[in-house]
Amino acid sequence: MRNVLVFGERRDGDLKKPSLEAVSVGRRLADAGGGTLSVLVVGPGAAEAAAALGAHGADRVVACEAEHLALYAPEAYAAQIAEAARAEGAGIVLVAGTQMGRDVAPRAAARLGAGCLSDLVEIETAGDGTVRGRRPVYSGKAYARVASRGPVAVAILRPNVFPATVARPGAGADAVAVPPALAPERIRVRTTAVERGGEQEIDVAEASIIVSGGRGLKGPESFSLVRDLARALGGAVGASRAAVDAGWIPHSHQVGQTGKVVSPNLYVACGISGAIQHLAGMSSSKVIVAVNKDPEAPIFKAADYGVVGDLFEVLPRLTEEVRRLKSS
Amino acid sequence: MKILVGIKHVPDTEARIKVASDGLRVDETGIKWIVSPFDEYALEEALRIREARGGEVVVVAAGRPEAQASLRQGLAMGADRAVLVEEEAYDRADGLARARALAAVAKAESPELILLGKYGVGADEGQTGPMLGELLDLPHAAAVTSLALGEGTFKARREIEGATEVLEGSLPAVVTCEKGLNEPRYASLKGIMAAKKKPLDVRKPEDLGLDPKDLREGSRVVWEALESPPPRGAGKVLKGEAADAARDLARLLREEAKVI
Ligand SMILES: Cc1cc2nc3c(=O)[nH]c(=O)nc-3n(C[C@H](O)[C@H](O)[C@H](O)COP(=O)(O)OP(=O)(O)OC[C@H]3O[C@@H](n4cnc5c(N)ncnc54)[C@H](O)[C@@H]3O)c2cc1C
Ligand SMILES: Nc1ncnc2c1ncn2[C@@H]1O[C@H](COP(=O)(O)O)[C@@H](O)[C@H]1O
Repeated sequence: MRNVLVFGERRDGDLKKPSLEAVSVGRRLADAGGGTLSVLVVGPGAAEAAAALGAHGADRVVACEAEHLALYAPEAYAAQIAEAARAEGAGIVLVAGTQMGRDVAPRAAARLGAGCLSDLVEIETAGDGTVRGRRPVYSGKAYARVASRGPVAVAILRPNVFPATVARPGAGADAVAVPPALAPERIRVRTTAVERGGEQEIDVAEASIIVSGGRGLKGPESFSLVRDLARALGGAVGASRAAVDAGWIPHSHQVGQTGKVVSPNLYVACGISGAIQHLAGMSSSKVIVAVNKDPEAPIFKAADYGVVGDLFEVLPRLTEEVRRLKSS
Repeated sequence: MKILVGIKHVPDTEARIKVASDGLRVDETGIKWIVSPFDEYALEEALRIREARGGEVVVVAAGRPEAQASLRQGLAMGADRAVLVEEEAYDRADGLARARALAAVAKAESPELILLGKYGVGADEGQTGPMLGELLDLPHAAAVTSLALGEGTFKARREIEGATEVLEGSLPAVVTCEKGLNEPRYASLKGIMAAKKKPLDVRKPEDLGLDPKDLREGSRVVWEALESPPPRGAGKVLKGEAADAARDLARLLREEAKVI
């Protein structure tokens, strides 16, 4: 029997979608191993946020409402996860691969003396308790099948790969209130501010549709073509490193090995050649579209749909067609 | 201030990755090895701090004997000395084993700051920093794009989804470095010459109190197979007038791919 613990990350009070994806995976693994599924939620309002988790399949909700955990504190969050894993008898701890998840999960694993599986796109458990997964390595140029031995395994799941489902509509979960694992005076690093940019854009790391621009855009002004298409599709704006290095758009938009790794349902690359370091960040997208005037551009090898043409002509027309289809 | 910088010796990011005949490793024929790119941000930051405050920068690697080349590269950029924990098994060991090796060096060196990369390219994990923080019972901040030091304190910023997080903490600490933190310098010819004479201390895990048996057999995470990426079916290419291509594409995305 293997119990499963999921770390439920919140933003602005609500559980984040990648965490709900992890809860759905957790339900499946708990059923396979005949165990229970617990979800840990921390910070003020945790219990409230957790109320809907039963419908997503959680058996138990572990809430730590401590005021000093309102913002991310690596040591304290890791300790809380480890403590909950012990208390819930978890053999598997699932964490969504968000910025916070990738930061906290290895620390929690070290605290538990557990193996940590990063960036999984598949996960299964074997009868003997081994957790097995599959993950892209070498910037997506290969896939590794990895396994974790030992009584506990921590697994980080790549966002946007596993579906989040409402497994038990209307179901509730047992709520357990727990004290903080670390007292405030023992916390030596904490978040003191979260600064949001002026425009509330969708972040590429969370978008299910991304339209990216590269050096082919020729200058910062033409990012408006990319932005218009992104808006018509309800997606986020991404960029190649060449566009970022040229100062046309901030680094937070960069996709690739030194940028963000994304797996959206639709990725549209405009005026991007498809260098290996760019592909590293987006090759696991479900549908890839390339718009490039060079028929030999490597991006076409990765693309499901390619338009060989001048983006300055193609993009405005594509935006128009998308608007039309969406309003029809 | 004494700063320890972790340097991972990895296959060049441009390298073609082929699975070796054992179905488990990378075929290393013709592969060039480099300092993992994020570690250059870590080293650059360390050098700048030393330039501003004085102190010493020690680069450390755990891995095969060839990792010396990456340490020499670090020395050529300006680090004062290097330590190699020489043991092939680290190249296949999990994050916890790598963190234990760095922790053993850190215990011997007692640095005030440990700088690592956001992740080592290849395994693409990013586990070592947070794990090292836990093993040494130190605070950590991961994937930072700015770092300012005070007296026994630090302030870092990191990008999260749609926002920037500001973290404040106390030293000593473990910090992992993200692109944007700085522009790493190139090694000068003079630096390369000087590096040849700088101390590079080769240690065995046993010398540092690490159990090599534990390392070879004790990795919690094992790679059971390495596979080529699943082939993508040949894509559809649309040529011709922009207006026609745009219309066809929009229709295909809706009716065939069902993504809009
Ligand atoms: C360690 C390392 C890390 C890196 N990390 C990243 C990363 O994270 N992300 C990343 O993107 N890159 C990264 N790179 C850089 C990468 O190697 C490429 O240099 C970069 O991706 C190129 O960007 P690009 O495709 O926009 O530009 P280019 O390669 O210059 O391509 C521009 C493309 O636009 C097309 N084009 C030009 N005009 C038009 C037009 N009018 N209409 C249509 N098409 C047009 C051209 O045919 C060409 O294919 C990294 C490199 C290194 C060494
Ligand atoms: N074998 C190693 N030797 C030295 N430093 C390492 C080693 N492995 C990881 N590191 C450091 O830890 C960072 C994160 O690595 P990883 O957890 O392997 O992705 C790297 O950027 C290095 O700074």
